[in-house]
Amino acid sequence: MSGEAQTSWLGRLNIDSLSIWRAIENPSVSEFVGAGAALVAIFGGIGALVLITWLRAWGTLWRDWLTSTDHKKIGVMYCVLALVMLLRGVIEGVVMRTQQAFGMGGGFLAPEHFSELFSTHGTIMIFFVAMPFIIGITNYVMPLQLGARDMSFPVLNQISLALTATGAALVMISLVLGEFATGGWTNYPPYTGKDFQPGPGPDYWIWAIVLSGLGTTLTGINFAVTLYKERAPGMTLFRMPIFCWTVLCASIVMIFALPPLTLAALMLAADRYLDFHFFTNDLGGNMMNYVNLFWLFGHPEVYLLVIPAYGVFSEVVPTFSGKRLYGYNSMVYATMAIAVLSFCVWLHHFFTMGQSANVNIAFGIASMAIAVPTGVKIYNWVATMYRARIRMTVPMIYATGFFFLFTIGGLTGVMLANPVISYQVHNTLFLVAHFHNVLIPGVLFGIFAGYHFWFPKVFGFRLEERWGKRAACLWVVGFCFTFLPLYALGLMGMPRRSVMWDDPAFQPFMWLALVGALTILSAVTALGIQLWVSVRNRAATACPLGDPWNGRTLEWSIPSPPPPYNFAQVPQVRTRDDFTDAKATGRAYQPLSAYEDIEMPRNTAIGMIVLIGSTLLGLALIFWIWWLAIVSVGVMLTALIGRTFWLNTTYTIPAEEIARDHQAWLAEVHAAQRITRAEETQAANRGRAALELPQGVSV
Amino acid sequence: MMQIRCLFSTLTLFVVLSPAFAQTRDSFLQPAGPIADAQRTELLQILGWTMIAIIPVFLLVPLILWHYRYRNTSARYTPEWDRSRMLEVLMWGVPVIIVCILSAQLVRTTHDLDPYRPIASDTPELRVQVIGLDWKWLFIYPDHNIATVNALTIPVDTPVAFELTTDTVMQSFLISSLAGQIYTMPGMQTQLHVIATETGTFQGENTQFNGIGFTDQKFDTTVLSNSDFSAWLAQVQAADLSLTEERYATLAAPSTGAQAKAALASTSGPDGVVYFASVPDGMFESVLHRYMHGNEIPASAQPGTAAYQPNALEEPDQ
Repeated sequence: MSGEAQTSWLGRLNIDSLSIWRAIENPSVSEFVGAGAALVAIFGGIGALVLITWLRAWGTLWRDWLTSTDHKKIGVMYCVLALVMLLRGVIEGVVMRTQQAFGMGGGFLAPEHFSELFSTHGTIMIFFVAMPFIIGITNYVMPLQLGARDMSFPVLNQISLALTATGAALVMISLVLGEFATGGWTNYPPYTGKDFQPGPGPDYWIWAIVLSGLGTTLTGINFAVTLYKERAPGMTLFRMPIFCWTVLCASIVMIFALPPLTLAALMLAADRYLDFHFFTNDLGGNMMNYVNLFWLFGHPEVYLLVIPAYGVFSEVVPTFSGKRLYGYNSMVYATMAIAVLSFCVWLHHFFTMGQSANVNIAFGIASMAIAVPTGVKIYNWVATMYRARIRMTVPMIYATGFFFLFTIGGLTGVMLANPVISYQVHNTLFLVAHFHNVLIPGVLFGIFAGYHFWFPKVFGFRLEERWGKRAACLWVVGFCFTFLPLYALGLMGMPRRSVMWDDPAFQPFMWLALVGALTILSAVTALGIQLWVSVRNRAATACPLGDPWNGRTLEWSIPSPPPPYNFAQVPQVRTRDDFTDAKATGRAYQPLSAYEDIEMPRNTAIGMIVLIGSTLLGLALIFWIWWLAIVSVGVMLTALIGRTFWLNTTYTIPAEEIARDHQAWLAEVHAAQRITRAEETQAANRGRAALELPQGVSV
Repeated sequence: MMQIRCLFSTLTLFVVLSPAFAQTRDSFLQPAGPIADAQRTELLQILGWTMIAIIPVFLLVPLILWHYRYRNTSARYTPEWDRSRMLEVLMWGVPVIIVCILSAQLVRTTHDLDPYRPIASDTPELRVQVIGLDWKWLFIYPDHNIATVNALTIPVDTPVAFELTTDTVMQSFLISSLAGQIYTMPGMQTQLHVIATETGTFQGENTQFNGIGFTDQKFDTTVLSNSDFSAWLAQVQAADLSLTEERYATLAAPSTGAQAKAALASTSGPDGVVYFASVPDGMFESVLHRYMHGNEIPASAQPGTAAYQPNALEEPDQ
């Protein structure tokens, strides 16, 4: 390291690390934006603490949530984390759109500030919004769909969440202390090497990625083992709900795709901390290796996100169409094909790096080939809606937006898969438009569809429809206005990550995109209002009986919210869409002959120890506070090893308690009115569905 | 349908507005050479072929959503129907055929438009060596022993062979109206071949983010007739400065073209452009090989780093 020796016990942390201090020393609009964000982060944090204290919720929070090993609680916490980060990511997006709208020859943001914004926006949206949201929904839904009591490794699940939250916490802390990386979410060296970026920025990125990546790898293992080992009796692989299939494919991708990223980030860390030369300019370092490793992760990553979203649509569309999924087997093979192909295409992220035409051709064809199974999936959903009875609920609005917009994204994907086109539009806004076009209508709309679909299962009441529809429409319209103009700007030659520009022809598109960004902001606001209104009116939308949508899979066959043990008795599965079959044949809602004690994992504080320990470890490494790094590793290791001596890790729920709750619920179900789909969104819908058969058919 | 309308209105707006406003042409949609022209054609062909797979979705989704709405009790309802052999063949078959057609095309055009492939022509090719610096481009004309900063001037109908590298972080070199981009990387050389078939000014730029001056790293590519090109060469050869090791060291420090011009006190050439009347032999090669001697290079001797010192670069230790 060049410069003076670091002797302070706080490493390289000093008063200049505080972004608020920097704004006081050097007042400018740009610094005020940074300091404002820091203040929001600080006051947001303090506000949350005050609110919890005021509600006297610390005990509940600790017992019921933070130390819980219940897959349902962990799933909800993942989603809450994702929602908080989504808020920051969207605001950053809007700030960037505003900057670019006024960016002809200037704008209000300093270039270094803008570059921090696009780096955090990308990092947050991929790693701390899309991933935790997908993992959260999966965590909640997948064991219920399998008829399982929990994940295979409940404590590991908690630790994975802790590691993901650590990464998010580090990105949030970077608002207040020091600054984040400026090299984009890809963080390419040598730009991010220590010679070019000696500050803490790239280190924030490295440790946020390494720690959360570790969590995601562990999650992948947990998901895969759960899918292999925890399926209810009778649920063969080909009877699994399609969502579970997509999760299986995604978790295989997680297990194999995350390590290259973790490795690349650690190698970059070795360059920055230990004077290695993996990616430096001199001594044989080669940044092309980083680029390869990064995208060896990066491309499977987008499929890791979108495949479970396909799974959500594959649940939503049949349910709201009142019809079986068309082409189940086709869907499974298409998903598998996408998962395998996703590992064969990474080079299309750098067709322009100078490799031979034949290499580019191989990867170009492989990339285009992905369009085949993806197209098959779209057609399958369309065929699912054919001869159905479709209810245009909120999840279906998202699904419709997805069909149209994702198809456009697929079209531009085929264009980008062609090296000849990529040479022109690579690194331009065309590319930015494309990946937002697949990630927003694909992943985010899938997440929102899932959020509306499973919310009543999680909390026992439905989300308000009107605000939900407004939010969904605003999302679709906002997306169109924000990102379709970027295609044009990209074709006109505007590079991505440009803080300013000078071609007047760009201006109208910039205004359109700004209008779109504000529309998306209002869509997020509408979602917030919807949540508020829904919680306030929860008595009117309660559906504790558990089946508000005439669901098809096992998660709808139990009360909402489900008891900690999920199923009073592990279900015996006879067919695909077992709950629909059970309702049609009268197998559903039958009393049990005998109840048994159920053993469930106990709460543990290990996740919280890992969260605090690894956050401190991250900060210690970022600011070179070596003693703190040693202490936090020591504490975590002691806790993890110490826990292995703890033999009392489960508790037993007595059979009488289960019998009492189950019988009370059954009595309520049998007393309840059966609701047709016409009354689905009305107060009468308490979660008991009526059979609606085609005319002329009777059971 | 709103989305389609959105897309089309965007595209229409784009077509209507852009030629009217653009000062220098900066898009392959307005090509000035056969490569960019072929790239535009490729784009339109892909658009056409994929429509076969896409239009059915755009038509069927609204139709089906409307016809099979819950309240339309007269529509047929088959809740158990979930497979059809014929549909299956169509669903897999049509996309496979389209991808095969596009793949065959891709194989041909990727070879034809390979940036490493010299362009066949009777006119002898012009060699230009490109060094990417933070936040400007240095162009060396080895056959004419001149160099410029941020001014690429080439004769019309003459194949141009670029050899590219950078003396800082990775960058990407793009002149959209002529051909696609290619990365420039430290210690490595990439190649690009272009030919311009009409005279004019076309924008060139770096598309790979490389710090706060990133958006200033643009240059004009001027395509001149052969006689005008000779006149331009003479003009540069008469410039006030020569490129020396010392001036290169100053030039290589992070700065925009205009800042570099001021730092060098250059007076020839337009704003933000520096002309050098002569270049030391092997300039490009020495930059290219700087990192490849197997010795550690301190940050102070690496242009583009925070610690870069121009005088550290001048020390002949390599």
